[in-house]
Amino acid sequence: MITFQHVSKAFDGVTAIDDLSLTINQGEFTVVIGASGSGKSSALKMINRLLEHDSGRILFVGREIRSFKPEELRRRMGYAIQSIGLFPHWTVEQNIATVPDLLHWPRSRTRDRVTELLETLKLPPDMYRNRYPHQLSGGQQQRVGVARALAGDPDMLLMDEPFGALDPVTRTALQHEIARIHDASGKTIVLVTHDIDEALRLADRIVVLDRGHVAQAGTPREILSNPANDYVADFIGRSDVGIKLLGLYTVADCLRPDEVVAGSPIASTASLREALSAFVAQRVERMPVVDEHDRPAGAIALADLLRLKS
Amino acid sequence: MRSLAIPQSVKFVRNRVLLVLIVAGLLAGSGLAFLTAAPNRLVTGTGIRLDACLGGWRASLLLPAAALMLGVFLTAMRRTHVVMAIAATVLLTGFVWLAGDEARRLAQAGSPLSRTSFGGGFWLLVFVSWLAAADSIQRLRLRVPAMIAANVAVIAPSIALLLAGELAQLSVLKEYANRQGIFYTAFFRHLQIVVFTLLPTLLLGVPLGIASFRRERWRAPVFAVLNVIQTVPSIALFGLLLAPLAFLALHVPALSRLGIGGIGIAPAVIALTLYSLLPVVRSTVAGLTQVPAPAIEAAAGMGMTRGQILRRVQIPLALPVFLSGLRVATVQTVGLAVVAALIGAGGMGALVFQGLSSSAIDLVLLGVVPVVALAVAFDATFRLIAGALTP
Repeated sequence: MITFQHVSKAFDGVTAIDDLSLTINQGEFTVVIGASGSGKSSALKMINRLLEHDSGRILFVGREIRSFKPEELRRRMGYAIQSIGLFPHWTVEQNIATVPDLLHWPRSRTRDRVTELLETLKLPPDMYRNRYPHQLSGGQQQRVGVARALAGDPDMLLMDEPFGALDPVTRTALQHEIARIHDASGKTIVLVTHDIDEALRLADRIVVLDRGHVAQAGTPREILSNPANDYVADFIGRSDVGIKLLGLYTVADCLRPDEVVAGSPIASTASLREALSAFVAQRVERMPVVDEHDRPAGAIALADLLRLKS
Repeated sequence: MRSLAIPQSVKFVRNRVLLVLIVAGLLAGSGLAFLTAAPNRLVTGTGIRLDACLGGWRASLLLPAAALMLGVFLTAMRRTHVVMAIAATVLLTGFVWLAGDEARRLAQAGSPLSRTSFGGGFWLLVFVSWLAAADSIQRLRLRVPAMIAANVAVIAPSIALLLAGELAQLSVLKEYANRQGIFYTAFFRHLQIVVFTLLPTLLLGVPLGIASFRRERWRAPVFAVLNVIQTVPSIALFGLLLAPLAFLALHVPALSRLGIGGIGIAPAVIALTLYSLLPVVRSTVAGLTQVPAPAIEAAAGMGMTRGQILRRVQIPLALPVFLSGLRVATVQTVGLAVVAALIGAGGMGALVFQGLSSSAIDLVLLGVVPVVALAVAFDATFRLIAGALTP
């Protein structure tokens, strides 16, 4: 859906993006990650032409993005940022309706869309529709920010560290929402973050940027199992790679369906990371597994965690 | 439940503002003349003290003052503030009525040429009572429209007395009666000067403000020039415009046919426009600067054009700050327009200077009081609009 071909960009002679080539596939949740100054935000802003590239080509649905009018391009790409940027003089409803209004949607369609998005983001419409941004908590504001980015039913969603300023609990809740929205809508999402856990939790594909070029791109499992170089290895954290890897698998991946053991059970949907924690906490080597309806589904053994094929 | 504990001695005085006002009122009432009486409009009169006017039942007009004294020691509650505001209003109205009534009594006794004028004591007592009312209203923390309504209610009874002719025997109103025609001509001319000044100020100031907001390197020179203009005294600026405009009028007959010349309304409007540019341009820039940068980035990121960002985001968010600048410019113009009478622009200044040159202080007052009222009215109107625009 988006292709970077040998793209470069410099600010006042300092290179920010250096011969970047990258493909973002339709329907994929891509997380761009890197240290500060790695060019991750710049790369994102080049997609909707908030920044113009100096050289190379950026293609959107097969066409160079410069052949689009910037406004037309941006209305087809939802945009959410860390500081949210809600309009303080507009109500929640007016904020969310920004892009539908720019696209001249009929009033009733816009209203229905706002109602639908408020429900999706767990903000009861009757309660929140007419509030002003200053009457909302930080987490609620970012929910409205995400709803606003989705409102025009864009082809793709660009998110620049959208959850960076939130507390851990709110951040996790919103990560779940955005993952759910991605699963339900199949929208292409590009999210920029410096938080490796957020990347591992959300991404179909992770792009690690270092000084303006791709250090490594791949699925979370590929990145964790085979870091391409020291920069990537440092970035994902050397000391707890194993734990992070376990976080990408569920108990169902290691299930022994026919075994029956005694003890307190673990859900088959839990991650292996949680399973390891349960083994240690309960001082056992085997424990029973139940499915989502709490029915016995088999067992899992501590030793199985070592036999994962990566 | 309210605490019934005995207050500490330092806490004994609950309302220090009211205390200061009452002390000032007592000094003004006992030390300064409430009214002055003169055999004709030009000589200086002899003072009449407040206590001389308070014979018989009239002494009861001071009862609200006693209530206000009590208010100094009462706990700050909404009810207290409401009672104090009402007491101060009654007191204010009482002083105004007393002045009119005393003037009427003196007029019946003396010759038709004799004049009764407000004394320093009257002005201070009225001012102090009004401050007490305004302070109590302030403490109620009302919303802007309710606050303005309450302030209007404070002066409404006094205005009613004025309109009912209760003050007709006072010298200022005799001056008014003698010059009614001139008074209204001057008043509308004054309004005309203000409107003719604000229109070009907006047409020039807003674009100039937007331009110097967008181009940062314009800002320093633009403000340097406007600041220098602001430091030129108004009379000097009128003088500076005199020569070039007279020259233009002489050589371009079309301009002089339009009424543009070295003296008259044209140089006044030009000078006043130059003065009001600074607050308008500065508030335009300040208003646009305080629009949150993330809101603008989000607006651009969602596909608003530059014009849409300006109209839908920047202007609405800059408007309250901008309006406060326009308010300053308007109030300043109302005041400065008085001086414009010196170069033949007319307006209330004409009455003021006529009064000054003939030492008729009441004529000066007739010119000044409406200007003050006009400035206060504009100020309140702009505050009302700005309050309504803030969510």
